[in-house]
Amino acid sequence: MAKVRTQDLLDRFNLELLAGEDGVHREINTSDISRPGIEMTGYFEYYPKERLQLLGKTEMSFFNDLKPEEKRDRMEKLCTDITPGMVITRGMDVPEELMIAANEAAVPVMRSPHKTTRVISRLTNFLEVKFAPFTAVHGVLVDIYGIGVLITGQSGVGKSETALELVKRGHRLVADDSVEIRQEDYDILIGNAPPLIEHLLEIRGLGIINVMTLFGAGAVRSHKKISFSIHLETWDQKKQYDRLGLEEDTMKIMDVKLPRATIPVRPGRNLAVIIEVAAMNFRLKRMGVNAAEEFSQRLTNMIEQEKEGKNE
Amino acid sequence: MVEKYVTVELTTGLQARPAAQFVQKANSYTSDLFIEKDGKRINAKSIMGLMSLAIASGEEILVIADGNDEEKALKELLSFVSES
Repeated sequence: MAKVRTQDLLDRFNLELLAGEDGVHREINTSDISRPGIEMTGYFEYYPKERLQLLGKTEMSFFNDLKPEEKRDRMEKLCTDITPGMVITRGMDVPEELMIAANEAAVPVMRSPHKTTRVISRLTNFLEVKFAPFTAVHGVLVDIYGIGVLITGQSGVGKSETALELVKRGHRLVADDSVEIRQEDYDILIGNAPPLIEHLLEIRGLGIINVMTLFGAGAVRSHKKISFSIHLETWDQKKQYDRLGLEEDTMKIMDVKLPRATIPVRPGRNLAVIIEVAAMNFRLKRMGVNAAEEFSQRLTNMIEQEKEGKNE
Repeated sequence: MVEKYVTVELTTGLQARPAAQFVQKANSYTSDLFIEKDGKRINAKSIMGLMSLAIASGEEILVIADGNDEEKALKELLSFVSES
């Protein structure tokens, strides 16, 4: 996993570095952010010193009412040798005591012009993405009618060819062959291509083609939430394939269970159309229309009626 | 399943052409073959996956083989990358 350093925050956000320049390469190890309010009162028992510290209006106004020696003491205790940084919000003035303590312990002090809550949520979002669990999957990710469909299957089964056909039909390629997936929150998977092979597709016999230059900017996406997966496999005579679509199979990627359909591959089956329809059908199901279930209900009703008819 | 760490000795690293040869070799086996570098695992039978790792000369990779001909596959892949 990539390391996150205080410098990354400075690069990403509109933050002003005011003191502790020596510490900008400190590593941030957690996405949690601390607002040291209780610590301002002198209680440092549970001070989460490894977190990024955020000083908002409340903390600062309490601090300003302290006696000079208390001020010095609190700031010295806040700036430890592992604290990755202090952020002051609302463009407030940085107290002299903090500047001295921060320079001494090399804790970067940054200032943001925005409101505290806004800063917290933006920093948290940024850090959560950076610390999200991560994996790479062998497969192709395509955005079909707005649904991120992950196509998996053995090497040579025709994933890339299917992706090409889907792109030709107006859908968007996210990644070919290797999909980097990160888990956001506890139930969301976001996939993207490794930077080196972004927009590229490998077709046996043709080699590597660039989908963006061939089909235009509308044919690619940089990343996409994955909602559905399709597993392609060579037709196995002995295996039972789903004939009704009543059951929903799933596959697990990290902590997330992804709905999955297994589609047998045989010459003459147009996979792109099947996958396109699978994506639409998945969408329809999520909107509450389930063809298989409705049909099954109709069949059950019909059988019940006939039974009653006979009994009368 | 067999796996082994190996240092890549190919002087050019796994550039496009050697990567293609590597994948051709991998595809001649029925076992599932994987390569891991810096915690990223890819299918050794996929050229795009392999190239996305951008393996340079002198880097250490983990080669994993799983299947009927795993021993043979692992041996051949290891010898391919350890030749300079």
